[in-house]
Amino acid sequence: MATPADQIRERIELVSLDQAREEFAAGAKLIDVREQNEWDESHIEGAEHVPQGELLERIDELAPDRSERLLLHCRTDNRSVAMASELEGLGYENVAAVEGGIVAWEAAGLPTHSDSGLTKEQRMRYSRHTLLAEVGVEGQLKMLNARVLLLGAGGLGAPSALYLAAAGIGTIGIVDDDVVDASNLQRQVIHNTERIGISKATSARMTIEGLNPDVDVIEHNLRLDASNILELISDYDVIVDGADNFPTRYLLNDAAVRLRKPVVSASILGFDGQISTFVPYDGPCYRCLYPVPPPPELAPSCGANGVLGVMAGVMGLLQANEVIKLVAGIGEPLIGRLLLYESLGTRFTELKVKRDPQCPICGDDAPQISAEDMGRFPDYELFCGAPAREASPSAVQHVA
Amino acid sequence: MPTVKIPPVLRPRTGGESEVSSCGETVGAVLEALAEAHPDTREQLFSSAGELNRYVNVYLNDEDVRVLSGLETSVAGSDTVVILPAMAGGSERAVASSCPR
Repeated sequence: MATPADQIRERIELVSLDQAREEFAAGAKLIDVREQNEWDESHIEGAEHVPQGELLERIDELAPDRSERLLLHCRTDNRSVAMASELEGLGYENVAAVEGGIVAWEAAGLPTHSDSGLTKEQRMRYSRHTLLAEVGVEGQLKMLNARVLLLGAGGLGAPSALYLAAAGIGTIGIVDDDVVDASNLQRQVIHNTERIGISKATSARMTIEGLNPDVDVIEHNLRLDASNILELISDYDVIVDGADNFPTRYLLNDAAVRLRKPVVSASILGFDGQISTFVPYDGPCYRCLYPVPPPPELAPSCGANGVLGVMAGVMGLLQANEVIKLVAGIGEPLIGRLLLYESLGTRFTELKVKRDPQCPICGDDAPQISAEDMGRFPDYELFCGAPAREASPSAVQHVA
Repeated sequence: MPTVKIPPVLRPRTGGESEVSSCGETVGAVLEALAEAHPDTREQLFSSAGELNRYVNVYLNDEDVRVLSGLETSVAGSDTVVILPAMAGGSERAVASSCPR
């Protein structure tokens, strides 16, 4: 037995795509009755957009003449048929629905326009993001336009870079002058066995290019130091700190505060990790948390001490999570909070970190840095308690 | 009795324990009792003048004792004292460039 919907469908005129195009070109009014988000994703250029729920109250204004030719379309043709029937009930005499709707239109390769700024491929790729109300197309576009610098493609940077690339961060810079070593592969999942011996930045780029063509990877095969840090970070919106040594961490902090760049900072050792997000002047900086570095016996390296690969991955992904929130402007980043993760006990501990009014870098009495002194930094090797082995004022990173 | 959370770098000095119970009515007394029970921790926690080393952060529950009353901060039996030195992450080659002795 025919349902009421079937009966309506039998009564309403359905026009083919070809006929709809012809009539539309000749001046018939094409009305898209889908919802706003569907319209934003893609629509037929020149169509009128009136969501189904608003059509009956707006139709008088849109088509005062009830004999005017009106073509309704939706995603397929269910809503358009139903609304055509409603309009007929209001006395509209010349209403039809477009068979197959915009799905058929796009399947036939006919052009659509998107307000979203996302291509058809991107709408598909990022649909699980854009479905999230907090992210949406707007948040995804922010990610695609974001520039994120990773200090290191190591234990933290490797997982972080993979997920940031998958998420569609449009530009990812990678600072690393190291090469892939077999001992890295237990945690640095962006590299692989065949890449042993090649540059980590290059290896990371190769993986990212295979994962997401939207991402532009910039390799910085260099050591971060006082002479290059300002120029390097000034091109980026967010810095992800996975450096493994204190001179680099203090140098990055001081430069980031000067340029007001947010830094997502994590560190790992053994089974334990810690992470915080430093947004200059919105919250504390790294020096507010750690005014002075510990002596070497309290700061062993992962190479000497070992590190659980999975724990490094957890911390790297927590960093990626912070980056996404900062870029999309959603949620509550770890500003003023230090999160500790103990993987053996699977315990998270959150500690409060306050801005230190006495902080020599971001405190109330911190000296103003003149333009000519902008690129001058203290000797961090000295600050960390011993002369540098290398001539560089702050030999950096090899990065977790 | 208050609980003291021991950071990974100090665990070799507490016999591998990540949490120890330690008596005391102030943060300073709790840490002093820890140093009594595990003497190897003393030089890491306190300067020769008996002050808390600047590179060691100490939290009462989730609050930095520097914004409370420092070592004089009162501690209840149910409280947790967290000792937290900075960590830098790391790899083999870091040894050459991280704060050498």
